[in-house]
Amino acid sequence: MAEVFADYKWAALFDDRGIFLEGLVTTLEVAVFALILALVLGVIFGIAGVFPKTWVRIINRIYVEFFQNTPLVIQAIFLYHALPHLHIMIPVTAIGILGVGIYSGAYMSEVFRSGINAVPRGQLESGLSQGFGYWQAMWHIVLPQARRTILPALGNQAIAIVKNTSVLAMIAGGDLMYVSDSWSGMNMYYGPAYLTTGIIYWVICFTMTKYVKRLEQKGAVG
Amino acid sequence: MISDVFQSYNILFLLEGLKITLEIGVGSIICSVIFGTVLGVSCHLKIPVLGQISTIYIDIIRNLPCLLLVLVVRFLTPLPPVWSGIAAMSIFTAATMAEVVRGGLNAIPKGQYEAAHSQGMNHYQIMRYIVLPQAYRNIIPPMMSEFTTIIKDSSFVWAVGTEELTGKGMILIGKYSETGQLFAIFGTVALIYFILNYSLSLLARWEYRRLRV
Repeated sequence: MAEVFADYKWAALFDDRGIFLEGLVTTLEVAVFALILALVLGVIFGIAGVFPKTWVRIINRIYVEFFQNTPLVIQAIFLYHALPHLHIMIPVTAIGILGVGIYSGAYMSEVFRSGINAVPRGQLESGLSQGFGYWQAMWHIVLPQARRTILPALGNQAIAIVKNTSVLAMIAGGDLMYVSDSWSGMNMYYGPAYLTTGIIYWVICFTMTKYVKRLEQKGAVG
Repeated sequence: MISDVFQSYNILFLLEGLKITLEIGVGSIICSVIFGTVLGVSCHLKIPVLGQISTIYIDIIRNLPCLLLVLVVRFLTPLPPVWSGIAAMSIFTAATMAEVVRGGLNAIPKGQYEAAHSQGMNHYQIMRYIVLPQAYRNIIPPMMSEFTTIIKDSSFVWAVGTEELTGKGMILIGKYSETGQLFAIFGTVALIYFILNYSLSLLARWEYRRLRV
């Protein structure tokens, strides 16, 4: 065990800390933009899931069931291979944002759908009866009330997004996991590389977990 | 030609991968349910030492990416590929399973414990015959959705070169170059995962409805 974490391996890691830092920046970048994309998709498809028109709800089901029931790895690798075939050339980080964002969007839309469903139907109806349009009633009356149940669940999805960005390692995405995997694959210094990577992911996700727990408690009280 | 992709040897090749995916999937499901139950029960009963260790374990593992565990177990232990996959997936999913079990146990009314106590049952008997059977009924649906997650996450082991369904699919991708062929291979692999997972989630939904009645 001591050999796995030998001093000279740590020294090598310290020398190459810049590479790891770049990886971390890429991970954060992808996570933030994927989160934004997932939120947008989540709101749109979440409302689609409770929409009065059947065909709109069917679109919601197809989106959610497809992306929740196939692996993110397949989706990401597919984008990586298929986009160039369709003559769409985008950087690999953008592919990561698209892949993780669309995948998490399916989970987010379920969060929004069940959050909206938890608000009594009478709220939407009384809004409509007061002369609100469907979208106005949804935006000003239903969604604010759904906030309390939705927010903690969204927080959990945000944590999942940070962890899921590691899929970029499988398409040479230059993220933290990729850097760690390729750096240690070259020199076999697995111990320090994985431990450092693990601590970084852990600190990010644990901080977020604590924050989500606070949201949950606030929601339960307020 | 797209039809080149659907030769019997290619289908068999993918099915070999499916076999490994299922081996890893079923192995991880069994291990993580057992391990997760032990962790969840220890947390719930606040068993000295074991309870604290379980809480720490859950807090650590739940905040790490699955892929990291796959890499660690593959490169830092002498386990053969499939077993290292099972180990990594089980270590990872046991933490989530523990949370599911804990949630199920928390939902059991205190009166159940008290009633069992008054009948002269000991701790073990109460857990084994009164609490766990009731808790399991509540947690079967969320547990089944964890099974879906295991099947999906098992595709991460391709990162360490274990040729499960995703791996076999990617090897096929390397052999064909036309756009149509690429879509056909990805479509087939995705469809196999979809059928596997969708039947699991249908089963979960069916269980859920049955348990509510």
